[in-house]
Order: sequence, then structure tokens, then C-alpha cells
Amino acid sequence: MILTAESIKQIKESAARYPHRKSAILPAITIAYRQVGHLNDDIYREISKIINIPQSEIAEAATFYTLFPKQPVGKYLIQVCHNISCALMGADSLVEYLEHKLAIKKGETTKDNLFTLISVECLGSCATAPMMQINQDFHENLTPAKVDKILADLKAKG
Amino acid sequence: MFYSPVITNASEAAKSDKLHLFRYVEDPDQVKVATYEQHGGYKAWRKALTGMSPEQVAETVKNAGLRGRGGAGFPTGLKWGFVPKNSPKPRYLVCNADESEPGTCKDRVLMERDPHAVIEGMAIAAYAIGCHVMFIYIRGEFNHSIDRMEAAMREAYAAGHLGKNLYGTGYDLEMIVHTGGGAYICGEETALLNSLEGERGMSRMRPPFPAIEGLYACPTIVNNVETLATVPHIINHGAEWYRKLGTEKSAGTKIFSLSGHVKRPGNYEVELGFNLKKFIYDPAFGNGIIGDKKLKGVIPGGASTPFLTPDMIDVGLDYESLTVKGSMLGSGAVIVFHEQTCIVWVLLKLIHFFHHESCGKCTPCREGTAWLEQIIHRIEAGEGHPGDIEAMDEVCSNILGRTICPLGDAAVMPIQSAIRLYRDEWQYHIDNHRCLVDTRFEFK
Ligand SMILES: Cc1cc2nc3c(=O)[nH]c(=O)nc-3n(C[C@H](O)[C@H](O)[C@H](O)COP(=O)(O)O)c2cc1C
Ligand code: SF4
Repeated sequence: MILTAESIKQIKESAARYPHRKSAILPAITIAYRQVGHLNDDIYREISKIINIPQSEIAEAATFYTLFPKQPVGKYLIQVCHNISCALMGADSLVEYLEHKLAIKKGETTKDNLFTLISVECLGSCATAPMMQINQDFHENLTPAKVDKILADLKAKG
Repeated sequence: MFYSPVITNASEAAKSDKLHLFRYVEDPDQVKVATYEQHGGYKAWRKALTGMSPEQVAETVKNAGLRGRGGAGFPTGLKWGFVPKNSPKPRYLVCNADESEPGTCKDRVLMERDPHAVIEGMAIAAYAIGCHVMFIYIRGEFNHSIDRMEAAMREAYAAGHLGKNLYGTGYDLEMIVHTGGGAYICGEETALLNSLEGERGMSRMRPPFPAIEGLYACPTIVNNVETLATVPHIINHGAEWYRKLGTEKSAGTKIFSLSGHVKRPGNYEVELGFNLKKFIYDPAFGNGIIGDKKLKGVIPGGASTPFLTPDMIDVGLDYESLTVKGSMLGSGAVIVFHEQTCIVWVLLKLIHFFHHESCGKCTPCREGTAWLEQIIHRIEAGEGHPGDIEAMDEVCSNILGRTICPLGDAAVMPIQSAIRLYRDEWQYHIDNHRCLVDTRFEFK
């Protein structure tokens, strides 16, 4: 089993709230993603058993959504918004800065498996650009000094 | 102090008897039900439920002239009226909090800083259409908004504003917070409903319209966060009060997200009809262009609305005035860029977005956005061909009006306007294999 007892409990509770069972799919994959950090067939199979919906229907929905990585990523997933408002405020140079600091290219993971760097579409922080999301947290109005500190703190935490 | 450091004009709103959405968004306690109640919160919900019929509520909102703030500007009360009166099926209200139109970051402030206003508006709308289970669909990346809305919902239940037999009237109302999976298209209401049903988030053919057959094939109303957060104020102060705000056809106030090359980006509530030039240059709002450079263009209503050039910005921010200028109010996301911005580069960012977010259901949008991205990409890379502008025009006209949902049109309209308004610059890029201006933005 990949999913913990706590995740299973959350999935069951959430499923009980909906008038129709299929609506529980997206919450279930969200809960699984938050625990594991990515999704795969084994996870779909476990969810399928918990909410009693065919695995193919879980996979069908899950593969539509880009929020959930389908392969393992580093402990910290860095998502830089590359859309217009952030781009006007230097999002491309932010990506380059992160590539340089982490010594990886966009799309790659550091050797210690700590950081994965990707860029994504608008994250709704247009008036506090540029910004990046690291796991569940938003970091806005970024400057090189702020980025340095955020990375140093995460490295110290490990 | 706040999760998002975004600037607002709450202090202006606090002094004004017209602005109402942002009055308390700089008060960190506003997220608590007790503070919200002290500020007059849940009075409108009680008033509607205990003193008004559902028809009266819908009629009041209709007479107020409130129009949807999600992008299309459809009259809210009128939409509520489309729900069949004698359908035996349950009805559903869905608050659209998928906020993902590039440039738009207003609903997030309301959810993070005034979540009870959203819940109260949802409750009143639910009552107006006879709904007993209401949903809010929040984009999955907005973790803080999700936490805030869930916390506020629990408090609202505990305080008796949600749940069974509300205010002793026998009316039951449940609320469910549902979160998305990172797809812009799920902000389109029929795709949202598919997503909520556990399907892939692809748009549906209309008719049937959601008001007749929406969620679980039942009558459903989808409204934007800001639209719903406005409703309690209309119930409290009356349709007449609201109607007098803004312009004759664009009543009320609206939150505009100001981003890009301005000195003071932020979220600002203003009356509809507010002058765009003033909005960009006034110290209380945008405070002018970064580095006092020259303005080159403005996208007034989010990434899917046509551009305005500097000679066009002496215009009111309302539905009608922007239409006269060939653009649209959209979601109210004003994106500003200065003279050192290459228009081809801007369009590449935009078309990449629409291509990436196309759900793929209809061919013109799925294939057309891919072709457009290819062409714009090669022009931007200095490898444009003679005839590329005409090719883009042709692809655009084959998408426009031929798709299942408005995403196809949304992708096309900024391109067509950028070609019309900045044609020389496109031509320069193709002929000289380089930008007319040096576009390189450093973050610092
Ligand atoms: C591609 C696309 C994306 C949309 N995204 C949103 C969104 O994020 N939020 C929103 O409220 N409306 C969005 N809309 C508009 C909705 O379809 C719908 O019109 C709106 O939620 C209705 O609410 P309103 O009448 O209160 O504006 C989008 C429309 C399209 C075509
Ligand atoms: S227009 Fe685009 S996004 Fe809309 S249904 Fe067609 S393919 Fe999907």
C-alpha cells in the first residue's frame, strides 16, 4: 500500500460528501498527490478500491490535469509562472537564475533529489510578479536576494 | 501579515460609501466569522432568507443591473431566472473560483481575505434558485484560498449560517469546497461541470445550457467569486443604490487587477467607467510606467481581450466603452507593457498559453492554436517567412466562431488585434529576422 491510513480516511470522508460518487475522483487524486508528490497506476488502483470506481476512470481524469506530476519529482517542486504578467517582470530571467543556482536545466531534478524546476502557466499572482510556487506555497514579488534565502532555507531543512 | 503581499485600495474603500468589496480586505481579522458579523456580515443572508421570496431576491439583483464578473458580463439576475421553476430535480449553485485568465488575481484576494463575503453571496444566490447543495470550485494551486474558504465554511456552519433549518426557516443549505487540477479550461462553466462530475475537464456543447441541464444533468447556475461577493451588498442596500454606481449600462464597482510595467501593480476596486489612463498613471493606482518609459500597449481585460494602443486609453473601464474601442472588459485584468516590449514576444507568451490550455475537443481550436504558436514562434526566433502574417490571419478566421466553447475565440482575438494595431512591427520582425526593440526583462 502506498496511501497512508490518514489519506484513505480523508478520501472516504470527502467521497461521502458528494451527491454523486464520481465527483470524488478529483478530491481523491488530490489527496493522494499531496501525500505522495506524484501519481501513477498503483495509486489509481488503490483509489479505485477505496471509492469503488474503475481504475480506468480514475486514470482518465487524472491524466487530464497538469497539476499532478505523473513521475517522481524532487522533494521540492519549483514551478515558476512564465505567463505574460510574470514574463514582463522578468520570469524568464528568474528561470535562468534558478537554473544557475541549482545547476540544472528547466525540467530537471538536482542530483540530491531535493529540487525539480519547471515553468508553468499563470498562477494568479499577476500583480505580485515574478513568482514561483514551491510545493503548496506561493512566493511572490521575487528578487534574487529572496530567491537565495528561500533556497538556502529549504537546503538547510533538507 | 497577509499571505499574498498584493496591494489593494482598501483604505480608499473604507472611506467611500460607494466602494464595498474591498472595505475590509486589509483587516486581518475579517476572515473570522465574528469580525465579519461585526462588519455587518450575514445580515443580507438573514434578510433574504427570513424576509424575501427567492423571486424577490432574483428580481432585486436583476434590477441592480449586476453583470457577471467572470468575463462575459451576463446579467446575473436574468441568468438566475433561467432555472426552471417547476423542475422536480435538485438545483445547484457553483461558485467559479478557477481564476486562471492570465493577468487576473482578484478572486484570490476575496477568498484569502474576505471568505465569508463569498459564502454569504453564494448562500443568497443558492436561495434565489432553490438550491440546497452549493459548491465552490477553487483552482488547485490556490492552497491558501482553499484553506481559508474551508476554515470560513466550518465557522459559518458553527455559527448557524450554513446547515439545517437556517434561522429557523426550515431551509437547509450545504456547501462543498471542490478543488481543481490545474486546467484553465475548467474555468469555462461547462468544462468546470464536467470536472466537478469527475470527468476530464472538457467543454460541453450548448444547448442545453447549464441553467436547464448542468451539474448531474440538473439545473445549475455558475457564477464568478466577485459576482457572488457583490450580492450581499445589493441585498443590504437595495437595487437602486447599486444601480447608481458605475455607468448606466455597467452598474456597480469592479475589482481590476493591474499588472505588468506599472510602478504600483495591485488589485483595485473602482466604479465601472473609471478612466483607464488615470488608472495607469494616478499615484493611487498604477502610478505610471516603470522607469518612466513610454507606454506601448494595454490588454484591458485579461489575456483573451484585444489590445489598446496608447492613443486609445482615454476610455472608461466598463463593458460598453471598451467594446467601442474594439476590446472587452473581460475579467478586468489590466496588463500594461512599455516601449521596450516586442509585440511578437508578447503574442508568443499568449498563444503558448492558449495552445497549452486548449482541451482538444474541437479541431479548429486544437490544431489552429498549435499552428499559430508555430508561426509566432518562428517569427520570434527570427525565422519568419513572407506571408506569415496572412497565414495567421487565415488560421484566425478559421477558428473564430467555429468552436464549442469561447477559448478558441479568446486565443484569436488578441492575435488579430495585435496584427491590426502593430502590423509594421510584425513585418519588421519577419523582414529583419529580429525584434524592433530589445526585449529582455530582468527580475531584480
Ligand atoms: C476558457 C474560459 C475560461 C474561463 N475562466 C473563468 C474563470 O476562471 N472564472 C470565472 O469566473 N469565469 C471564467 N469563465 C467564464 C465562465 O464560463 C462563466 O461565464 C462565468 O463563470 C459565469 O459567471 P458570471 O456570470 O458571474 O461571470 C471562463 C470562460 C472561458 C471560455
Ligand atoms: S474551443 Fe478549444 S477549449 Fe473550447 S471546446 Fe474547443 S478545443 Fe476545447
